[in-house]
Amino acid sequence: MIHTRNLPFITTLGIFILAYILCVTQYPNMLSTRVIGNLLTDNAFLGIAAVGMTFVILSGGIDLSIGSVIAFTSVFVAVMVGSLGVHPLVAFAAVLAISTIFGSAMGAMIRYLGIPPFVVTLAGMFLARGAAYLISTESVPISHPVIDAIQGFYFRVPGGGRLTALAMLMLIVFLLGAFVAARTRFGANIYAIGGNQQSAELMGVPVGPTTVGIYALSGFLSGLAGIAYTLYTSSGYSLATVGVELDAIAAVVIGGTLLTGGVGLVAGTFIGIMIQGLIQTYIVFDGTLSSWWTKIVIGILLFVFIVLQRGIIWYSDRRLAESRLKEV
Amino acid sequence: MAESYPLLEARGIGKAFLGIAALDGVDFTLGRGEIHALLGENGAGKSTLIKILTGVYSRDRGTLQLDGAEVTPASVADAQKLGIGTVYQEVNLLENLTVAENLYLGRQPTRFGMIDRREMRRRSKALLTRYGLDIDVDALLSSYSVAIRQIIAIARAVDLSGKVLVLDEPTASLDSHEVETLFTVLRRLREDGLGIVIITHFLNQVYAVADRVTVLRNGRLVGTRDLANLPRLELISMMLGRELQHMTRERQPGDETITTTGEAPIRFEGYGKRGSVAPFDLAVRPGEVVGIAGLLGSGRSETAFLMFGIDRADSGTATIDGKPASLSSPESAIGHGFGFCPEERKTDGIIGDFSVADNIALALQASRGWAKPISSREKQALAESFIKSLDIRPASTEKPIKLLSGGNQQKAILARWLATEPRLLILDEPTRGIDIGAHAEILKMIERLCAEGMSLVVISSELDELTAVAHRVIVLSDRRHVAELVGKQVTTDNILQAIASRTEAA
Repeated sequence: MIHTRNLPFITTLGIFILAYILCVTQYPNMLSTRVIGNLLTDNAFLGIAAVGMTFVILSGGIDLSIGSVIAFTSVFVAVMVGSLGVHPLVAFAAVLAISTIFGSAMGAMIRYLGIPPFVVTLAGMFLARGAAYLISTESVPISHPVIDAIQGFYFRVPGGGRLTALAMLMLIVFLLGAFVAARTRFGANIYAIGGNQQSAELMGVPVGPTTVGIYALSGFLSGLAGIAYTLYTSSGYSLATVGVELDAIAAVVIGGTLLTGGVGLVAGTFIGIMIQGLIQTYIVFDGTLSSWWTKIVIGILLFVFIVLQRGIIWYSDRRLAESRLKEV
Repeated sequence: MAESYPLLEARGIGKAFLGIAALDGVDFTLGRGEIHALLGENGAGKSTLIKILTGVYSRDRGTLQLDGAEVTPASVADAQKLGIGTVYQEVNLLENLTVAENLYLGRQPTRFGMIDRREMRRRSKALLTRYGLDIDVDALLSSYSVAIRQIIAIARAVDLSGKVLVLDEPTASLDSHEVETLFTVLRRLREDGLGIVIITHFLNQVYAVADRVTVLRNGRLVGTRDLANLPRLELISMMLGRELQHMTRERQPGDETITTTGEAPIRFEGYGKRGSVAPFDLAVRPGEVVGIAGLLGSGRSETAFLMFGIDRADSGTATIDGKPASLSSPESAIGHGFGFCPEERKTDGIIGDFSVADNIALALQASRGWAKPISSREKQALAESFIKSLDIRPASTEKPIKLLSGGNQQKAILARWLATEPRLLILDEPTRGIDIGAHAEILKMIERLCAEGMSLVVISSELDELTAVAHRVIVLSDRRHVAELVGKQVTTDNILQAIASRTEAA
C-alpha cells in the first residue's frame, strides 16, 4: 500500500524517470555509465550537504549556514595542507570537529534560547563566511600525495564510467542517512519533533538532545561536503559555494519532504539532487541553452511540488472527513 | 504492606504562578481500581493539579506519594517511568506517524541496534487487540477518527505506565456512541486495578463512569465524595461554590419596572447554531443587566460568540430597533453598537506588547475605519480620561499592557469598549483571575453603566456575582437555554435548581 505521505516521493521518482527517458530519446549517450558517473561525482558535495538538510527540514527547522560552512571548510583545509603543511587527514579530522561543534552550538541556541532556526543559522551563515575570509581571501590551491590518491581513486564500471571516491562517499552518506532516518530511535524522534514538537515532548521524546544532534549532524555533513568540495576543485576559496544551502533546500523539497517537517524520505533528497544534476547535464549536451535554465526549471519544479504537497494534504483531509461521515 | 496505601496520595499541594496561587493546599487520593472524576470550572486548578501529577509542573508545596513512596516527577517521561500516564484532549499523538510508530515512540523494539519494524507491528497488533481494535497499524494515525486515536493514546499510556491513567477531557470531541466505547475500555482498565483520573465537564458522564469525584474551586479543594450517594444538585453547588441557602439579592425599587416595561430594542429570535447553541430567544432592554449562568461547556460563551458575530447563526433572526440586523462578523456587531470582553483575556483580549493607550483605542479605531486614524493626542487624551475614571494602575498610558495586573488589564479592555459608547456590552467572565478589590470595582462599574442606560450581558460562573448585578438570568445547560429567572426569582437556589433539573432529565 502506498501511503499518501510517500506520494510526493513517488511523484518525484516518476518525474525523474520520465525526464531521463526524454533526455535519452534525444541524446542516447546520456544513458552511458560515463554520464551517470559524472552526475554522481559533480553533485557529490551538494548531495552530502543535502542529507544534513533533510534531517533539519524533517524536524521542522532550516539550516542556512551550509554554503558558508562548506566554503570555510575548503579554505581551512587548503591553508592547513597547502600553506602550513599539515597532513590532510589531520586537517580533515580537525575541520569535521569544528563544523560539528559549530552545528551543535547552533542547535543548542535554537533549543535552549528558543531562537528560531532561521535566525540562528542566518547568523551562523555570516559567521562561517566571515571566518573563511579571515583565513584567506585568495583561492588557495592544494596538492598532497594523499589528496592526489583520493582524487585519482575510482572503480571502472562497464561502459567506461568511473565510480569515483567522491561519488562513493556521497552514496554511503545517503545510505547511512536513510538508515538513521528509518531504523534508529534518533531518526524516529526527528520525525516526531517535525510532526508536532509539543506532542513529541509530551510523549517523552528527548527534544533538547535530539535538536542539538540534528544540527550537529548537519554541521558534520556540511564539513564533510566541504572536504568533498575541496577534493573536487583541488582548492579552497572563501567566495565559493554561495547559496548552496538554497540548492540543498530545493533538492530536499523536490524530493518530497514537507517544509513544515515530519514527512519525507532521505531517498527523496537523492532523487532531488539527481534531477538538478540531470537538468545541468542536459544543458551541457544541448550546448546552446544558457546554464541559467537550470535555475528556471528548478524554480518551476519547486512550485509544482509545493502545490502538489498542499493538494495531497487537502485530499487526505477530505478523505478523512468522508470516512468519518460514513462511520456516522 | 503496600496494599494498605492508596495508589496515589497528594497532600497539601500548592502552586503559584507569578505570585498568584493556582492551587492552594489541595488533597487528592486515588485508589486502585477506581475511576475518579476531577471537576471544577475554568481556572479552578484542575489542569494545574494534573500537570503536577504528570510532571509538567513542579509543586511548590505538599507531598505526593505513589504506592506509599514519596515521588517528585520531574518530567512527563519521568512520570511515565514512575507509572503515571496521561492522555490529553487533542494533542496527544503524532498524525504524521503510523499507528505502530505512535505506540512505540521512544521505546521501539530493536534488534542489533536497529528498530525492528516487524516486531513493532506484531506488538502493536497484539496490544490493540486487547482494546478491541483491529486496525491497520501501518496506516498513518491521521487516517483514523478521534475516537480511535483516543483509544490508541490510552493503549500507549497504559502500556507505558500501568499504574495511574490521567484523562484530560477525553470525551470533548466524541459522539455518544464513541463515548460509550471509551467508557467500556475504562471500565475494563478499572477491573485490571488501574487508577484512573478523568477530567470532564459532562456531569452525565461523571455519573455514568466514575466512582468518586473531587471538586476544586478557585485553586482550593471543595471536597471528595462518593458519587453513589451524591445528588446532582449538591455536586453542582459544590462546583459553583454555593451551599444551598436562601440568599436573595437586595433588590432596589424600580428593578422590576426596568425589566417589564418597554419594548426591547435588541432582540434575538430562534437564534442558534447547530453543534454550538440550540435556538434561543433573547431580548435586551436599555439599562438592563442580563446574566447568563450555566456550567462550563453549557454554551455560555457560545451564546456570546453568536451575539457578537464571531460564530454565524444558522437559524433565527436578530432585530435591532425593529429592523432585521445581520451579525455576520464582529465588525458588523461593532457597527450595531455591540462590544464584547472575551473570557480569555490574555489570548483574546489584550495585545500584550501594545501600550495601554493603544489597547484602549483599538475598538474605537476599528469602528471608525482605518481611513480615519485617531491622532496620537486624541488617543492620549482618551487613555488618560479612562485611566482616571476607571482608576487603572499604574496610571501610565505608555506601559505595555502585559505588565499590568489582571484587574487593570480587564479595566483597560472595558475602557476599550466604553470608548466606542456601545449600546450593548457583553462581558464573558469579567472578574476571572482578578483580585478582590478590582472585583468589587468591576461589579460597581457594571451597575453604573446600566444606570446610564447601557444594556449588559454578563456571563459568569460566580453565582453570587450574577445574583448581585443581574435583573434577569438565563440558565443554560447542555447547550440549551433552559430557564429564565426574572427579578425576585434571581437567587442562587433557583439557578442551581434549573441547572440540576436539566442535567437530571438529560
